[in-house]
Amino acid sequence: MNQKEQVRQFIESNLIVFEDEADLKDDDNIFQLGYVNSLFAMKLLNYIESEFNVKIETDEMDIKNFSSVNNIIALLDRKLGVTE
Amino acid sequence: MSETVAQTEAAFQVGRVRQFVDKEIRPYTSEFDKEQLIPETLIKKLANKGYLAGNFPKAYGGLGLGPLDYGRLTEEIGRVSPAVRSVLTVHCSLVGESLLRWGSIEQKEKFLPKMASGDTLAAFALSEPSIGSDARNVVTSYTKADKGYLINGKKKWITMGARADLLLVIASCEDQVSAFLVDSNTEGISRSQIMDLMAGRAAYTGEIEFDNVFVPESHLLGNEGGGFAYIVNTALDHGRYSIAWAGLAVAQEALHAMVKYARKRKQFGTGIYNHQLVQEMISNAVVNVEAGRALCTKAAALRAEQHEDATIQTTIAKQFASKIANSVANDALQVHGANGFSTEFIVEQLYREAKVFEVIEGSTQILQQVIARHGLTRFHK
Repeated sequence: MNQKEQVRQFIESNLIVFEDEADLKDDDNIFQLGYVNSLFAMKLLNYIESEFNVKIETDEMDIKNFSSVNNIIALLDRKLGVTE
Repeated sequence: MSETVAQTEAAFQVGRVRQFVDKEIRPYTSEFDKEQLIPETLIKKLANKGYLAGNFPKAYGGLGLGPLDYGRLTEEIGRVSPAVRSVLTVHCSLVGESLLRWGSIEQKEKFLPKMASGDTLAAFALSEPSIGSDARNVVTSYTKADKGYLINGKKKWITMGARADLLLVIASCEDQVSAFLVDSNTEGISRSQIMDLMAGRAAYTGEIEFDNVFVPESHLLGNEGGGFAYIVNTALDHGRYSIAWAGLAVAQEALHAMVKYARKRKQFGTGIYNHQLVQEMISNAVVNVEAGRALCTKAAALRAEQHEDATIQTTIAKQFASKIANSVANDALQVHGANGFSTEFIVEQLYREAKVFEVIEGSTQILQQVIARHGLTRFHK
C-alpha cells in the first residue's frame, strides 16, 4: 500500500459521517466538510508522526497541511525529501 | 523491571502519596473549602514532593511518571481535596502537557522548571462569559504589535485563575485562534476570585480581564492559528484524562465513606448494612468504581503506547467516571441520611464537588455526541 492509500484509509476509518454521506476525494477539506471532528486534528498528527517516522515542526503545524489527502502527502513529500 | 517489581514499586509510590495526603491535606480539606484558598505552605510542600510536576520529565524537575502513575497520583489527591487536585489538572495536565507537546526548547526551559518548583503556578484561560463548549469561537482577541501581540477581552471560570502566575490564554484574530503564555502580573490584567461556588471553592476560580495586554512574540505557543486544533485539543485531552481520575477519586472516596457509615450506623436494632436497599447502593457503587477504574486504566495504557484510540478511550473514561462520581456520591449521601448534609462528614463535600466533573473539560452531553459518533462509525460492521 502506498502512502496516499495509507493516509486515505486512516482518514476513512475515522470519518464521523457514514460512507453514503461521504465520497472522500483527495482534495476534499476533511475539516470544512465535517468528515472528521476537531479531535481528529491531533489524532492525525500523531498518526503521521508515528506511522511515517517524521517530526512535524511547529511552523508546519498549520491545519492546511492536514486538511486533505493531497496536502498531507505534499507535506510528507517535503518532510521525506521526495522530489517530483 | 519485572511486572511484579513494577507493581510493588507502584503500590509503594501510591502508599507514599497517601501518607502525604492523609497528613497534609485530609485534616484540613474542610478548612480550605471554608476559607476558599489553598495555603501557600501546602503548595510548597506539593512542589517539594514533586507532585506539581509528576508528569514532567526529570530533566525539567519532574517525577517522570507515566500516564498510569500520574493518574494514580491525581486520584490519591482528588479523593480528599478536589480543589488541590484541580491544581494538578490545570498546572500539570492542561498547561504542562501543552508546553511539553508544543513549546519551543526555550519556552520549556523557561517555564517548566519554575512550574516544577512551584515558583510558577499555571492556569488555562479558555472559557469566557459567553463561550464554554464552543471553544473555537473565543471572543478574547489579539492583534499584532511591535515585537509581539496585544490581548483584549475577558475570561471566566478559570480554575486557579485568581492565583496563577502563568496563564495559557486562548485568543482569536479574525478566523485564527492562537495560544499565548502570559505572565499574570503583566500590565493591563485585572482578575478576581469567584467566591462561594458550589464546588472548587478553594481552587481560585477566577475572572480575568485583558486590557491591551502586551505579550512578546517569544510567548506564542505553537504557531499562529494552531491554537484550537492543536493547543486546545492537546490541553483538553490531557484535562479529560485528569478529570477521569478525579471522578474516579470522588467515587472511590464516596464508596469508602458509604461503607464505613453503613457498618457503623444502626436502625431498627441492626446495622443499616443489613438492609437490602442499602446493600443495593453499596453493590452499585462497588461495580461502578471497579468499572471506572478499568476504563481509566485502559486509557492510561493506550496513552502510554500513544495508541490512536487513546483520545476516544480517555473521553469514554471521563464521561463514565464523571457520571459515577455523581451517582456514588449521591448514594453515599443517601446512606448517611441527615448526617450527609453536615460538613462533619466528607460526603457533603463529595456530593457538591462531583457535579462539576460533568461540566468541565467537555460536558457529558458533548462527550456523549463524540462517543456516539465513534460508536456509529466503529461498530457498523
